[in-house]
Amino acid sequence: MPEILDRARARVLDDGAGLGEADILEILRLPDEDLPELLQLAHDVRMKWCGPEVEVEGIVSLKTGGCPEDCHFCSQSGLFASPVRAVWLDIPSLVEAARQTAATGASEFCIVAAVRGPDKRLMDQMREGVKAIREAVDIQVAASLGMLTQEQVDELVEMGVHRYNHNLETCRSYFPNVVTTHSWEERWGTLTMVRESGMEVCCGGILGMGETLEQRAEFAAQLAELDPHEVPLNFLTPRPGTPFGDRPVVEGRDALRAIAAFRLAMPRTILRYAGGREITLGDLGTRDGLLGGINAMIVGNYLTTLGRPASDDLELLKDLKMPVKSLSATF
Amino acid sequence: MYCDRCGEPGSHPGCAAARELEPPRYCAHCRRRMKVQVVPTGWTATCVEHGELRG
Repeated sequence: MPEILDRARARVLDDGAGLGEADILEILRLPDEDLPELLQLAHDVRMKWCGPEVEVEGIVSLKTGGCPEDCHFCSQSGLFASPVRAVWLDIPSLVEAARQTAATGASEFCIVAAVRGPDKRLMDQMREGVKAIREAVDIQVAASLGMLTQEQVDELVEMGVHRYNHNLETCRSYFPNVVTTHSWEERWGTLTMVRESGMEVCCGGILGMGETLEQRAEFAAQLAELDPHEVPLNFLTPRPGTPFGDRPVVEGRDALRAIAAFRLAMPRTILRYAGGREITLGDLGTRDGLLGGINAMIVGNYLTTLGRPASDDLELLKDLKMPVKSLSATF
Repeated sequence: MYCDRCGEPGSHPGCAAARELEPPRYCAHCRRRMKVQVVPTGWTATCVEHGELRG
């Protein structure tokens, strides 16, 4: 067994402490023949420190497209020649989306908007939408609305939003290659305010945007320093018209190594499958990731692209004897 | 007829494959960009001239 796996077993599995950046990089560099053993260790860590339950979530775009920012992976930026047009979801449709999400057994429903940060119109829409969902649907409401002011953080808490997503997207050293219209530090500032408000922090990113393995390790270490409640892990799906539209997709084994590495960096976090797993991992790889550190998933469609039917993922969880985390377990 | 993914004339195997995980973006009749709303269990795509598609 490679020495790094022995070290990880002692530090992470036995003691519950995450690996540091240098060790994460060693994990990311392990050869393919060590992958089964690595995934088993990451799975053991997840089972010991998180348990067998899987948190299931649905997401929906409240405001799509027309974003003033230039995140190079995103088809919703108004700065690129993307085919995605700006559109708003009405409140009855938002409530219906929450209802359909709850019907899958999901405990989380995240409302997302493609904005730099919310304006009054969006905050008013959120207030009305969250209220309507809470009155009609038994589900936890999360939000992802870009960068916030302290007043907006306080408003979201008051509305009853329990978790806020704001992805750092990539490590600090690579961020300027991904976004130029705002900084990594500005994102970190919003995350700090969210944490201090008492809302749960959800922060992850996208792998496969051209970062090196060193930068992937740097990212995992920076997330571990943030210590978010949840880390959504996306794999780049190159979108037509965006600067990253011609990038290759992440190779499946590299994705699995990254999943295990992020789990070993953050043994107690909710590590969620987000976008891109269908293309990067396929059905078999999706199963391998759930047996290699993942303990949460977005089911159904994403914001502008489609996912597997929720029923397929729920069937997979049943096969793996992994219970869906119930709503009552989230309080 | 136009490709409902890229808006160019004809049909394209690459676009057809990608469409398994994407809603349509262009109206196949007039190549207008459609207003598309994706929700967890489906999508709607609306062309101002040719109406709404659902999936």
